[in-house]
Amino acid sequence: MKGNEEVAEKSSENGKAARAGFHPVDGLRDWWADAPHWQRYGVYIALIIGALILPAPAIGSFMSPESDWTTVLIFPIGIYILLAIGLNIVVGHAGMLDLGFVAFFAIGAYTLATMGTKYGWGFWGTLALGIFLAAMSGVILGAPTLRLRGDYLAIVTLGFGEIVRITANNSDGIGGARGITNVPHPEPMFGVEFLLDPAPYYYLVLAAIVIAIVFSVRLHRSRVGRAWAAIREDEDAAELMGVPTFKFKLLAFAIGAMLGGMAGVVYASKAVFIEPNNFPFILSATILAAVVLGGAGNLPGVILGAFLVAWLPERFRFMSEYRILIFGFVLVLMMALRPEGLLPSRQRKAELREGTGGMGAMGAEVAGPDSEASAEVTK
Amino acid sequence: MLQDLQAQFLGSTIGGLVAGSIYALIALGYTMVYGVLRLINFAHSEIFMIGTVTSLFILITLAGGGSITLGVFGMIAVLLLIIIASAAVSGGAAVLLEQVAYRPLRKKGATRLAALISAIGASLFLQEAFGLKIISWITGKSGRVQQNAPRFIPHEELFHIGNGVVRTDHVFVVVGAVIMMVGLDQLVSRTRIGRGIRATAQDPEAAVLMGVSIDRIVRITFLLGGAMAGVAAALYIMEYENTDYRIGFLLGIKAFTAAVLGGIGNLRGALLGGIVLGLVENWSSIFFGSQWKDVTAFVVLVLVLMFRPTGILGESLQRARA
Repeated sequence: MKGNEEVAEKSSENGKAARAGFHPVDGLRDWWADAPHWQRYGVYIALIIGALILPAPAIGSFMSPESDWTTVLIFPIGIYILLAIGLNIVVGHAGMLDLGFVAFFAIGAYTLATMGTKYGWGFWGTLALGIFLAAMSGVILGAPTLRLRGDYLAIVTLGFGEIVRITANNSDGIGGARGITNVPHPEPMFGVEFLLDPAPYYYLVLAAIVIAIVFSVRLHRSRVGRAWAAIREDEDAAELMGVPTFKFKLLAFAIGAMLGGMAGVVYASKAVFIEPNNFPFILSATILAAVVLGGAGNLPGVILGAFLVAWLPERFRFMSEYRILIFGFVLVLMMALRPEGLLPSRQRKAELREGTGGMGAMGAEVAGPDSEASAEVTK
Repeated sequence: MLQDLQAQFLGSTIGGLVAGSIYALIALGYTMVYGVLRLINFAHSEIFMIGTVTSLFILITLAGGGSITLGVFGMIAVLLLIIIASAAVSGGAAVLLEQVAYRPLRKKGATRLAALISAIGASLFLQEAFGLKIISWITGKSGRVQQNAPRFIPHEELFHIGNGVVRTDHVFVVVGAVIMMVGLDQLVSRTRIGRGIRATAQDPEAAVLMGVSIDRIVRITFLLGGAMAGVAAALYIMEYENTDYRIGFLLGIKAFTAAVLGGIGNLRGALLGGIVLGLVENWSSIFFGSQWKDVTAFVVLVLVLMFRPTGILGESLQRARA
């Protein structure tokens, strides 16, 4: 009996030690998992208050000494976060590699620009239309291609991103290479005018982010989210267990696209002027980098990643022309040091430990001579 | 429209073969790395860019600000010189890239998504390094503008096929590419190194057990792929006579498209995919105008993958047996 207890104690200690070695914020996560409702809501309220006072000049003078902080908060930071939340659904939840996410962003932006300048549509109506069109284009792209996996999907989505950009560039009906000017601002709301002052836009972006977060979290915890996890881990097994994988992959694609389209509409209303060059491949790559850097699949991580990827080049603007060089270097370094991201999702991390890579169809890993997988073979 | 087609068909076929040969050579690097590591080497396009800059550097040094006029043997000697030099530099750069950007991740058993981000980072770094400093240091001009290379092989009309014109440089590109392709195919299917590559592509764990050093094979794979990109770069400089620090992006994507089109991981697929892509692009520009060239290339890719999800020839580096 005593022996048994000892063993049990030991193993639980081992478990704790293993967990403690996992990640510095694990204690925080344990607390969060057990926290009662009132504590959780306290944190939510604190976060929202924090977000509301974020544009304060005192914060801005440190965060962005060389450009207007509120503007930086809208673009790139806010827009990147919105895009990263959308892409996280596709890459982090459903495990599909999308390299053309910027296409949906472009479709949203062009919807507002075209409908607003040509037909005088207002912002809110176009927002709905932009989200709808982005979702439709997600379905149109996804329906024929989602049978492809991993890298084939990656190149097809990359191609789609380029198709959208080049088409915008060559179509004079939507401004061609000259772009579209005088994109309408949102209509005044609660007596607040959306004009030169960036503050109302910040709160607009903030509201969009909050909606996107709630939406994403609810989805992740639903039956749909579990189906996505199953597809990500092993598509064939999921299919055999009766998950209609194609349907759910298409759904993930369409929902990711919706959030991308929403970001596009919001962006265009602030930017006033858009052109095809606003939507290059490198933006898709940057958003993907933000998702992976933060920890794909884990929403706080993804938001942190998007924030850093957007903010760091702004903060270090004084290095002007070396910014992108350093950004590239940091990406390589970060991946070498923390390949699973800054705040990896626990589930993902456990899968990494098992050596499956945890990326579903993308994760087939080639073992080096001293990696764990080959060690297993030589045992 | 039909008249346009008739008048331009042969001409654009020749143009397509030339462009396709270059795509195919770059595609080899993607396809080999993919075959062995199951990894899209996104920074391969920058390896190509480094090759073009190397060739440019040699040509500018030889020309010394003027132009180059040579006899037949001189032309071939200079061509061989830039091919060998840029193959060496590109191959070396590819090995270095693997060492810095991929090996640490491989040792950690990181996901391929992490490797992809690392590749994008390396790609940005190399582009900016060349755009900021290295190109201006070599040419004395701003690295951000297009760089023109001096002509050393006259673009002379050799003969006509119907109304298509075949020029000297076309012959050099196609013949050069075919020689390299056949050489690599033979290397992979006949030599010991090639057997190691095929074994690793088929089953890395079994290959380790059979005494294959994976690290060595991966290094050789990057070296060969990089060298092929270097050859493509030298031919590109000879044919199109310009480059800039971002040239790798579109050509790299096209080459990767070609690799996927033919069946990634398959050397002969890369050749086929490159040629098909070059031809389709050039033919389509007769109908829709050259500004839609890139769009058709991607649409064709989507269509082919819909019906043959692993490309025209299917993926198989390991099955490329003699």
